[in-house]
Amino acid sequence: MQRYDVIIIGGGVVGSAVARELTRYRLSVAVLEKESDVCTHTSGRNTGMLHAGFLYKTGSLKAQCAVEGNAEFDRVAKELDVPFKRTGKLLIGFTEEHRQRLLAMIERGRANGVPGMELIDRARMDEIDPSAGGNFAVYCPTSGILDPFLYTIALAENAAENGARYHLYTEVVGCGRLEDGSHVLHTNKGDFACRWVINSAGLRSAKISEMLGIPGYVIQPVKGEYFVLDKKAGAFAKIPVYPAPTERNTFDTHATPTVDGNVLVGPNSFNVQDGEDYSVRQIGMDGLQESGARMFRHMKREYYIRTFAGARPKRIDPATGEIQDFLIDRPDSVPGVINLVGIESPGLTSALPIARRVVGLIREKEELTPNPAFNPVHRSIRRFHEASREEQAALIAQNPDYGEIICRCETITRAEIVAAIHNPLGVSTVNGIKVRTRASMGRCQGGYCETRITALIREELGKAVGDVRLTNGSSAMFTGFVKGGDQA
Amino acid sequence: MTHRQAVIIGGGPAGLAAALRLREKGVSDILILEREQRLGGILRQCIHDGFGLTRFGESLSGPEYAQRFIDRVQQEGIECITDCTVLDITPDKVVTAVGRSCGLLQIRADAVLLTMGCRERTRGALATPGTRPAGVYTAGVAQNYINLQNIMVGREVVILGSGDIGLIMARRLTLEGAHVLGVYEVQPYPSGLPRNIEQCLNDYGIPLHLSHTVVDIRGRERLSSVVVAQCDERFRPIPSTEQEIPCDTLILSVGLIPENELSLAAGVELDARTRGAFVDEHHQTGVPGIFAAGNVLHVHDLVDFVSLEAEQLADSAAEYLLSGSLPECGLEVKAGQDVGHVIPQRISGTRDFTLSLRVRRPLQNVSVVVRQGGREVLRRKMRKALPAEMIQLPIKAEKLTADADMEVCVE
Repeated sequence: MQRYDVIIIGGGVVGSAVARELTRYRLSVAVLEKESDVCTHTSGRNTGMLHAGFLYKTGSLKAQCAVEGNAEFDRVAKELDVPFKRTGKLLIGFTEEHRQRLLAMIERGRANGVPGMELIDRARMDEIDPSAGGNFAVYCPTSGILDPFLYTIALAENAAENGARYHLYTEVVGCGRLEDGSHVLHTNKGDFACRWVINSAGLRSAKISEMLGIPGYVIQPVKGEYFVLDKKAGAFAKIPVYPAPTERNTFDTHATPTVDGNVLVGPNSFNVQDGEDYSVRQIGMDGLQESGARMFRHMKREYYIRTFAGARPKRIDPATGEIQDFLIDRPDSVPGVINLVGIESPGLTSALPIARRVVGLIREKEELTPNPAFNPVHRSIRRFHEASREEQAALIAQNPDYGEIICRCETITRAEIVAAIHNPLGVSTVNGIKVRTRASMGRCQGGYCETRITALIREELGKAVGDVRLTNGSSAMFTGFVKGGDQA
Repeated sequence: MTHRQAVIIGGGPAGLAAALRLREKGVSDILILEREQRLGGILRQCIHDGFGLTRFGESLSGPEYAQRFIDRVQQEGIECITDCTVLDITPDKVVTAVGRSCGLLQIRADAVLLTMGCRERTRGALATPGTRPAGVYTAGVAQNYINLQNIMVGREVVILGSGDIGLIMARRLTLEGAHVLGVYEVQPYPSGLPRNIEQCLNDYGIPLHLSHTVVDIRGRERLSSVVVAQCDERFRPIPSTEQEIPCDTLILSVGLIPENELSLAAGVELDARTRGAFVDEHHQTGVPGIFAAGNVLHVHDLVDFVSLEAEQLADSAAEYLLSGSLPECGLEVKAGQDVGHVIPQRISGTRDFTLSLRVRRPLQNVSVVVRQGGREVLRRKMRKALPAEMIQLPIKAEKLTADADMEVCVE
C-alpha cells in the first residue's frame, strides 16, 4: 500500500492547483486521476475565461476567489509560462431593460471589488471592437482568456516537478480507515493510505464525499455545447462579447476569442443526468448557429472546425434546487478531509485561491514546514511558430527536430511533439499530445499530422500498435497490422 | 536570402510534371520544395491501379505513376529539397521554408508554382453530432495507416460519403479482412467515379445507400455504433428513418478542399466555388508570377489531368520567365446554368486554352455550350454528365474574339 501525507482525488485544474500549493511544504502529495490525463473533464471543457468576478453574489466564495484569482493572474501566467491575454470583456445591451441589468452588474462588480467596470456608448465600443453587436455595453477591463489545458497541465507539471506524484488511470472506488486513523482509498490500482484526503473530484465530488462519509450533497451537471471556429474567423474577434445577463443572472451563448486565435461560440446550457456524456446534439448545434450569429457576425459554416461539450458540476440545494456557492469545507464529523464540492465556473479563475484556502484549512490543524526546494517556476514546451525567423533558424541549428513540421495547420514541429510525448506526467495518448502542443487542433483536424504523431508515440515510447490510444482505456486507435504487416 | 528562377511548392504529381515541362522549355534554375521525405505526394499511398490510362495509355499504381516522373526529375538533375515545409510566401514571392537539414530558407523567386494539392474535409466541418471516440478516420488517413504503415484501423466499418478515396478504401479494407457494412451518401447520386462504384463496391457486394447520412456517432472510448438516416432533398434527416449500426470504425470520404493557406498568405484571391485561386488561361493567379495547377487549383477526378494541367501551367510559366510577361487576360469566364465551376476564370481571347468544368448534378443527353457575347464558340453533346467527372474542352483561339466575356452552361 502506498502512503502519502495528502492525497488529492481528481487531477483537474483545482486538484492540480491544490497539489502545487501543497508542494510548497514538506509533505508527500499524490493525485489520483481516473482518466488518462489531467483536465479531461470540466477543466478542459470550457470557454477558457479568466473571470473578473462581477457576476457572483457579493461575499460568496465564487466572488472572492474569482476577484483574487483574476488580480494575480499576470504573475501566475508568467511563473507557469502559460499563454494568457487580458482582453477585457464586453457585456452588450440593446434595450432599456438590458441597461438596467447592466447597471446592476456594475454595482455588484463594485461591491465585489472588480476594478474599472463602466457603461460605454457605441462610439467607445467601436474603438474597442467594431464587430461587437449592441447599442451600449459594460466594459470590464480585467477579464481575460487563457488556455485551460495548458494552465492545468502547467499546474500539474509544476506540482510533479516539486515532488507530487500523479497516478493516472486510478479511480477511487471506496474509502475506509486504518487503525491509526489515517484514510485508506481503495482504487482499481490498489489501496492508498494518507493523513489528509482532498476531494477535488468535480462532477463526482458528491459521490466521493459520500464515500468519505459525508453524505447529503447534490451535484447537478449542467452541460454546454460549443463550436470551435477557424482562425480565419478569429481575425474578427478581438474581445469576448457576452450578451447582457438574463433575469436569472446567467449568460446565454457568447463568442470568445481563444489565446491561439480561434473563436469559441457557446455554450448553451441544460441539465443532464450523466455529466460525463460529452456527445453533442444536432438540436444543440442548430440553436448555437442561430444564437451565435446574433453575437458574432462571422458565424459561418465554412469556419466550423470542431464541436465539443462540457459540463459544470453545480451544487444544488436538494430542497429548493437553488444553485449553491463553492463548498470548501473541513468537516468535523470526518477528520482529515477537505471537501471541495460544486466547484464550477469560475473554477478555472479560482483554482489557486481555492488551493490556498485548502492549505489554510490544513494549517489550522497541523504545522506545515516550508519546502526549501520548492520552485514556483514552470517552463512550457517552446513553441516554434511563436519564435521570430532568426530564433527559428537558431532553434533548428540547435535541434534539427525543430525543422520538421509535423502539424502544418498550427506549425508544430517534431521537437515539440517529442517533448510532449516525454511529458513529466507520463501521459502517452494522442489527445494528450494534442492538448500539450495544439497539433491537430487546426483546420485539417489531424488529417496531415495524426499519422505522424501516432508513429512518433510508437517510436519514442516503444509502444505496440494496439497500445496507441486516443484517450482512455479502450480508446485504441488500431486493431493490429494488415495481413503479414507485422513482419514488414 | 538566395534567388531562384522557379520555386515549386510541393513535389506531388502537379509539381513534378510542372518541373519537367519547365526544364523542357529551357528554364534552368528550378527548385522543388517537398515536405515529405520522398517525392510523389499523395500517390505514394495510392497503391491501387488505374492511374496513367490517359497520360501513359496503361494502368499503373500510384507509386508507379509517380516514379515515372521522379526518375525523369532525377535524370534531369532538377533540384529537390525533401523534408522541407514552406511556412510562408509573400506577394513579392519570397518563400520561407524550414527543414531538418536545410534549416530555415528564404528564397526570392521569379516565379512561384503552387502545387500543394488538397486536404480532406473533416467531421468538424460537417458538425456531425455525437461523441468523439477513437475509430473515426478520414479515408486518406486510413489509407496512410494501411498502405504506408501496415496498420489496420478497424474491423467493422461504415463509410460516410462516396468520394473516390472512400470507395477505394472500402475495397482495401475488405481485402484486409475487415467487414465494410455499407457506404452512405447524402446526395441522391454518388460523388465518386462510376468505375470505382463498380470495381470497389459492386464487385465486393458492398451496399451503397444514397440520400443517407450519419446522424449520430456513439461510443465513449472506441466507436460502438453510428446512427444513419434517410435524407430529404435538402439533405435533412427524415424522422423515424434512423437505424443504428454497430461498428468500430467510421471512414469519412466527404470531400476534398484545395490546400490554399500559403496562397492566401501570398495575397492570392480564391474562388468560393473551387476554393482554389482565380486563374487566367496561363494558370497565373491574381498575383503576377504566382501560378497554380492541380488539386490546389480545383479538385480533379484523375491524376492524369493533374499532370496535364501542370504541364500547361509550366508552358506559361516558362514563357513568363523567358520573355518577362504574358498576354493580358481581360475577359471573364462565367459558370452558367448547371455548371459548378470553371477553370480558368479569365482569358485573353487570343490564344488556345483548355476549359475545365464540373456539372452541378447528374444530367443526361445535354450539351455543354460555350458562348462569347451571346455567340456560340463551342457545343459539346454529352450522353451523360456527372458531377464526379471533370469535363475538359480544348478551345481554339480562332473561335474566339478578344472583346467579350465568356459564359459556359449546360443545356
